[in-house]
Amino acid sequence: MTRVLIRVPKTVKPGQEFEIKVLISHPMETGYRRDHQGTPIPRDIVKQFRCTLDGEEVFRAEMFPAIAANPYFFFHAVAERGGTLRFEWSDERGTAWRESAALTVE
Amino acid sequence: MIRQAAMAVALLATWPAAAQTDDMANPAFLWVEEGKALWSERPRPGAKSCADCHGAAETAMRGVAARHPAFDAKRGRAMLLTQRLDACRVEHQGETPFEPESRRQLGLAAYIALQSRGLPVAIAADGPLAKTVAEGRALYTRRIGQLDLSCAQCHDDLVGRRLAATAIPSGHVNAYPVYRSDWLGMGSFWRRLGNCTTGVRAEAFAPHSPEHVALESYLAARGNDLPMQAPGFRN
Ligand code: HEC
Ligand code: HEC
Repeated sequence: MTRVLIRVPKTVKPGQEFEIKVLISHPMETGYRRDHQGTPIPRDIVKQFRCTLDGEEVFRAEMFPAIAANPYFFFHAVAERGGTLRFEWSDERGTAWRESAALTVE
Repeated sequence: MIRQAAMAVALLATWPAAAQTDDMANPAFLWVEEGKALWSERPRPGAKSCADCHGAAETAMRGVAARHPAFDAKRGRAMLLTQRLDACRVEHQGETPFEPESRRQLGLAAYIALQSRGLPVAIAADGPLAKTVAEGRALYTRRIGQLDLSCAQCHDDLVGRRLAATAIPSGHVNAYPVYRSDWLGMGSFWRRLGNCTTGVRAEAFAPHSPEHVALESYLAARGNDLPMQAPGFRN
């Protein structure tokens, strides 16, 4: 199953603002719903999302049940040097995921 | 942080519109990725993948979704795109048909439909498909359910008016399958049809039933020349 789609420009100019887009595949189950039998569906949400460039934090978000399924992050960043953009997200049960993308600044 | 929060709020407000124009904002593209993987996956050792027979989807499948449903001369009947997929799965791959509305079926249908994006819908409605289209039209204009309403009463006569908070659309199928935030997932025209038949308290039609095929054929033909938009996004 596809876990995530990430879009980052391959190269950016130093100091130039650029877009980072991340679409995460996740049910974001609120814990407030019931299935057809009336049994509550357990809460299952991505709680933390973080993006770093060579260890330096670029963006961080904490999520709550009101965020819809398949959360989409769209934010801007500025970089002086290239490096590895790392994306990390985790749910409340301790499962964590990570992906990375190379960023060239020139 | 404040700037980012403001951005998130702005994004929420524009999300439905953004999802129509920005692929990344449409979670349907998570399904598309699966369809893409499935295209070149061999279902079991020795069996052929779709790509083994058809080659690159970008060329082999270009325009295919735009002219489906289509009349199949070999089988002597109208076929939806999803029935086509099943035919290849069964006859050429020796597998069972896709489970209706499964991630695999929707993913593959969405991936194939994407290869027609922007092309005009081109249903050959006056050839041998005409009979099915006419059957679809008859169903479309027939009053059904406890509410005794026909599809046409809403989708032709009341387009743009509101049903509770929802605007009544013209009932085109050029964006299907769609991701719907309300479903928290993707669905085909058949799933949407189920919502409308349930809405008028009529019995739902089974997937790939003659009624489903006829209605989808009629609606697709009625949308001839519209640009293909699948996979679409709906609230
Ligand atoms: C062994 C070869 C073979 C394999 C494997 C195969 N197909 Fe086909 N496919 C065909 C042939 C031959 C036709 C044309 C006529 C027919 O069988 O109806 C066709 C027709 C089609 C069409 C209709 C094309 C058109 O122009 O109308 C679609 C769509 C399609 N295949 C999709 C798929 C998909 C998706 C897969 C994988 C799940 C697949 N096929 C696997 C041989 C294959
Ligand atoms: C009482 C009015 C009503 C009737 C009758 C009705 N629909 Fe709908 N239909 C709607 C509304 C409202 C929506 C849009 C719902 C939404 O987007 O939340 C809709 C959506 C659709 C769509 C999706 C259009 C899009 O752009 O996504 C199709 C296709 C459709 N209906 C087909 C049918 C068919 C076929 C029938 C007859 C079996 C039918 N409808 C009967 C009200 C109706």
